Amino acid sequence: MTNHATTPEDTRNPEGIRRSPSSAGAQAQSPERPLVELRHVEKHFGDLHVLKDINLSVNKGEVLVVLGPSGSGKSTMCRTINRLETIDSGDILIDGTPLPQEGRELTRLRAEVGMVFQQFNLFANKTIIDNVMLAPIKVRKMPRQQAHDEAMELLARVGVDSQASKYPAQLSGGQQQRVAIARALAMHPKVMLFDEPTSALDPEMVNEVLDVMLKLAAEGMTMICVTHEMGFARKAADRIVFMADGQILETGTPDEFFDHPKTERAKDFLSKIIDH
Amino acid sequence: MDDFLSLFREYNIPAAFWVNIQLTFWAAVISLVLGVILVMMRISPISSLRGFATAYVEFFKNMPLTIIMVFMVLGMFGQLKLSFSDNFDINFFWLAVTGLALYTASFVCESLRSGINTVPLGQAEACRALGLNFWQSASQVILPQAFRGSVAPMGNTLIALLKNSTVAAAASVTTETSSVMSDMIEFHASQILQIFFIFALGYVILIIPIGLLTTYLSNRLAVRR
Repeated sequence: MTNHATTPEDTRNPEGIRRSPSSAGAQAQSPERPLVELRHVEKHFGDLHVLKDINLSVNKGEVLVVLGPSGSGKSTMCRTINRLETIDSGDILIDGTPLPQEGRELTRLRAEVGMVFQQFNLFANKTIIDNVMLAPIKVRKMPRQQAHDEAMELLARVGVDSQASKYPAQLSGGQQQRVAIARALAMHPKVMLFDEPTSALDPEMVNEVLDVMLKLAAEGMTMICVTHEMGFARKAADRIVFMADGQILETGTPDEFFDHPKTERAKDFLSKIIDH
Repeated sequence: MDDFLSLFREYNIPAAFWVNIQLTFWAAVISLVLGVILVMMRISPISSLRGFATAYVEFFKNMPLTIIMVFMVLGMFGQLKLSFSDNFDINFFWLAVTGLALYTASFVCESLRSGINTVPLGQAEACRALGLNFWQSASQVILPQAFRGSVAPMGNTLIALLKNSTVAAAASVTTETSSVMSDMIEFHASQILQIFFIFALGYVILIIPIGLLTTYLSNRLAVRR
């Protein structure tokens, strides 16, 4: 471990959901180059300053959870990482490559960044299996049979392989979101972005999605999760980033953040959640 | 009753309707192709294509069809010598089809655009997040859903096209229904009510099934979300 400042020790995790070998090994290869890096990122929506000097780096294998009140800019920040939102100034680098403005280079880089949305966004005109196969076939030019086999394997991993020939509307929200995760994984992304993946779900379906995410984290996937699931944040996160009013106010391990928040804003946020 | 039968004996009324059906068919096919191209230009990331498609749609949508039809004959054929055939009837038929198609394409584009508006933004975002390019997103995800969301307005456009095909009279297509009807009225003024009734009923019979079919299809093909 050369990287104590950004990656915490694994001992703090009582559930044993950590995968030190992969992350430690990856960091040993390129200790000074983070997989995702945001430098002085600024963004306005009209007069509203939604991202203020955001600086963030995520190492390979790291699970970063972004917390914060609504309207704090956490979703916007997440969406800038694959340029679903443009930025006004600053730099975003994926594996050392600056995010291109437009065109082929941008689509190539987007293929390396998996994204899971709050509203699932499965393609309504395609079956579950076709949802998962589409991008590998069209973007990666993968042979159909191979894409099919990989897709079935991924669907089995998230536990919806029995629904492969159905359409998204025939599945429950939890199942749809698990398919959305499989669809993103089919591109073999370097990093996965989760934009409030459980916020649109019925309460009893939240856990089935979180379980899949925990499994992914345990397998060493680099993840950036915007969420309101505090239990998940404590269990899975290597690092918590707390945002409010477009700024990153705190960064720390889950224990540091939940037990000893530094800023008044974070204390206020946590007190409001824990009181109920 | 004899009046009706004598009218049918003297004039080939089904053939007149057949001309309108053919005008409608070819104009529908061509305007569908043009309309899809236009709507793809309108949603494309290239601003000059968007601008061209917007200008085209606004121009033809706001232009009376009669003016387009007269221009096809007097302007395109008369002045610019654009000719499809040495046979006058065939030439005027295709000039009329071209005029109808150019005009209707703007309405097809607008119908498809209303269909695209039924596709949630998240569908396009999911495409982009997976690394699909514009053409792949449009052809695989956006347009298939847009087509299914625009069946009803497309049906209305087709109905309007069938009725508009009578304006082909302005492009000197003399065998279509409104020309034949004018002829009949000229020579059988005493039977004017019967003549109107025949043509009105003919169009109602042609158009009601189109309406029923599009209602059925728009329910059947609706994208379940």
